Amino acid sequence: MTTLRSHPVACALFAVIALGLLFGPLALNRYGLYILSLWAVTTIAAIGLNLTLGYAGQVSLAQGAFVGIGAYTTAIMTTQGWPILAALAVAVVLCFAIGWLLGYPALRVQHHYLAFVTLAFSTLAFLVFRNEEWLTKGIYGIIGIPRPVVFGFPTTRPLPFYYLCLGSLTLVSLATWWLVRSPWGRAFVALRENPIRALSLGVDTRRYTLMAFAIGSALGGVSGVLYAPLVEFVDPTPFALTHSLNLLMMVIVGGAGFFFGPFLGAIIAVLLPEWLRFAQGYYLIVYALFVMGLLVWSPTGLLGIADRWMAERRTRAASAARAAAAPTLEKEGV
Amino acid sequence: MVNFINLVVAGLATGAVYALIAIGFTLLWQTSQTINFAQGEFAMLPAFLMLAAASLGLPLWLAVLAGVAMSALVLGAAFKFVLVDPMLKHGVLPLAIATMALSIFMKETVKEVYSAEAQSFPSLLPDGNVAILGAPVSLQSVGVFVTSIVAVAALQLFIARTRTGRQMQATAQNPTVARILGIPVERMILLTFVINAVLVALASALISPIYLAKFSSGETLGLAAFIAAIVGGFNQIRGAIAGGMVLGIVDNLSAAYISTQYRGAVPLFLLIAVILFRPQGLFGRAEERTV
Amino acid sequence: MRTVLEVSGISKHFGGIAAVDDVSFEVREGEILGIIGPNGCGKSTLFNCILGQLTPSKGDVRLDGQTVTGMRPSDLNRLGVSRTFQLLQVFPQLSVRENLILAGQEHKGTMLSRLFGARDAGLTGEADRMIAFFKMQHLADERAGGLSYGQQKLLDAAMAFMAGPRLVLLDEPAGGVNLTMLANLKDRLRAINVEQGATFVVIEHNMDFVMSLCTRVLVLAEGKVLAQGTPAEVRADKRVVDAYLGH
Repeated sequence: MTTLRSHPVACALFAVIALGLLFGPLALNRYGLYILSLWAVTTIAAIGLNLTLGYAGQVSLAQGAFVGIGAYTTAIMTTQGWPILAALAVAVVLCFAIGWLLGYPALRVQHHYLAFVTLAFSTLAFLVFRNEEWLTKGIYGIIGIPRPVVFGFPTTRPLPFYYLCLGSLTLVSLATWWLVRSPWGRAFVALRENPIRALSLGVDTRRYTLMAFAIGSALGGVSGVLYAPLVEFVDPTPFALTHSLNLLMMVIVGGAGFFFGPFLGAIIAVLLPEWLRFAQGYYLIVYALFVMGLLVWSPTGLLGIADRWMAERRTRAASAARAAAAPTLEKEGV
Repeated sequence: MVNFINLVVAGLATGAVYALIAIGFTLLWQTSQTINFAQGEFAMLPAFLMLAAASLGLPLWLAVLAGVAMSALVLGAAFKFVLVDPMLKHGVLPLAIATMALSIFMKETVKEVYSAEAQSFPSLLPDGNVAILGAPVSLQSVGVFVTSIVAVAALQLFIARTRTGRQMQATAQNPTVARILGIPVERMILLTFVINAVLVALASALISPIYLAKFSSGETLGLAAFIAAIVGGFNQIRGAIAGGMVLGIVDNLSAAYISTQYRGAVPLFLLIAVILFRPQGLFGRAEERTV
Repeated sequence: MRTVLEVSGISKHFGGIAAVDDVSFEVREGEILGIIGPNGCGKSTLFNCILGQLTPSKGDVRLDGQTVTGMRPSDLNRLGVSRTFQLLQVFPQLSVRENLILAGQEHKGTMLSRLFGARDAGLTGEADRMIAFFKMQHLADERAGGLSYGQQKLLDAAMAFMAGPRLVLLDEPAGGVNLTMLANLKDRLRAINVEQGATFVVIEHNMDFVMSLCTRVLVLAEGKVLAQGTPAEVRADKRVVDAYLGH
């Protein structure tokens, strides 16, 4: 897996953005804070999907449904007086378990069956959200979702809630970074790049893929847990298949398999409706065209383009170095 | 009992349409490793093309033909040259995701350009009932079923009996060997895309009178096609037909006897059942672990 | 000396054609067995049957007495069998050292312990030793995708030995490798055979490579065993000469 971390310019850029995220919002109005919070929450779901798609190479069309499960769990529990941490625990366990249950049979088969299973599950989840009125209040939705109190601080106002979202995003990112840098991360790269070779080295590709999918789905749930108090109202519409497709596009556009891909993809997806507001419903059309074009040119997304450019510079430097060292290498017979 | 027969016949009708869409989907996968996630939208668009042609004053039968022709051009040839060919070199997965974006594009375009409302679609088939096993069954359902079967039979005949058809079959089974044998593989692949476009156009014309033409029909039709293809055995045309029929009938029966609200969940349960108990599908061969 | 690998009566049918027809042989500890034969004689199919990529239509494979026919490749690997590939060799995004660590990490501990253990699963030392053994020190941090074909082949071989296997199957290790590199490869393979005491089975087309590296040779033709013996015996066998010249 490649990151741009090793490059000093990238580090500086990262520092600037981090500072901006920490202090910039003090100058933003309510709406700006909402957009930024939405970005943070969406990125969490995108990070989860990136784990499934970018690292384990599997298509999940149910990430939106998992966000919905997290959101409804939180909405139902917190309106009944449960603390948000309890809702978080339930959502994570539920999404992980469902991910495991869906993935276990689907990954036994060769083809991309997980895509179809998750597609079908998306439909089922939406139907449950819409039909089980006794639980989810159906199409009327659940209103008055309370904002949580964190370490004694209420988050009712936009700024504190934004910091909650940012803090959660940071925690999720750190956890994912740690996962990806562990031996598991190496196994993920292996099974994505060369699954047959990986199998022959003893990598249990099926088990690792399943874990990536289950963890990715659980992260979708985490995103939902924050989404519910952000918008303070949940109904089935945001969790339909379209949202799963949007999340997928986000990860692709940012760059699947790149650590910062989801961040980049999410900001584009959240801001695009704003920028193209004059175009009304046409923004999705433009977005879809953009995605198709991008895929033809660079299937590894925007960060893929950046990475390729950097790799070219590296190879040019390495070739030059090799040319200079050529006489010594030949002597060693390598 | 009367109700049951009605349901089965209606199920056969929708099932036959699902089968048409599933066959095209399977053909694309066989010949060019294309997983077309926009297949549902492919079966949604032609109806709108036909409605547009009809609104220009063409009589229905001519509008339908025009729609089929436009489909062949846009969903067949243009799809292949503009999207599939440039993407194939990147692999199966990127192309599959590109078709997902395509599905969004098609859905939103129809919604914005034509209408977000469901449109009624006139039928080429006569109204009225016919008696089957003593039950009055809609002529519409029977007509849809018969038309689809005829189309599938024609396709099978074409594949098995004509030279071009056999070449297409060879290309589907092993493009490398086919090339060596001198078969114009590129042209055969193009032919599969065009055949798919015609099949989905036909499906669109047959299903729209029953379920109305709406920009969002692609979701259900697509899901049905994928599940039908998998249930039948991903790599088999016979399987796509069987899968479509099974899905259509189970869908109708469960809607009536179990729950209409969860009708949309039928594909999931069917799929899980197949994966757990017969992963190669009804007609598929048990897979070897590939090298 | 114990028999490490015992192949009995392996047959593999595709449709009506027998790609492999009733093949039986044994490989004893420390041996280097070469399998040769004209194109299409069933070498790769036989390999894949032994390695669990294909399930044989008939016959058994036994590893140190334990029946392993049709076992999954990853399970077989954990029993101490590893292989190299003709194509699809290394993991391009990872560095050479990382490739080697990956090759060994699945043999240490459980999946869960790997998550909470050290980043390199404690294998950096072994990886570096392997790198030194195969004389690739200057490449240790290079992305494997940037290596030359011959270097990748060498890495592929090194990876097969990371977990200290008892049986290594090499699929055309000499294919497409230049002469200097070939000599190096042969030398390293012989050295590691002695050092680790592993048993090798090698499929090859390159006659010189096989004859100079292997202790015993098996000749396949049309899916059946044509002859087996020492390189000298096989080279002199008239049937072998005919089979090769006849094609």
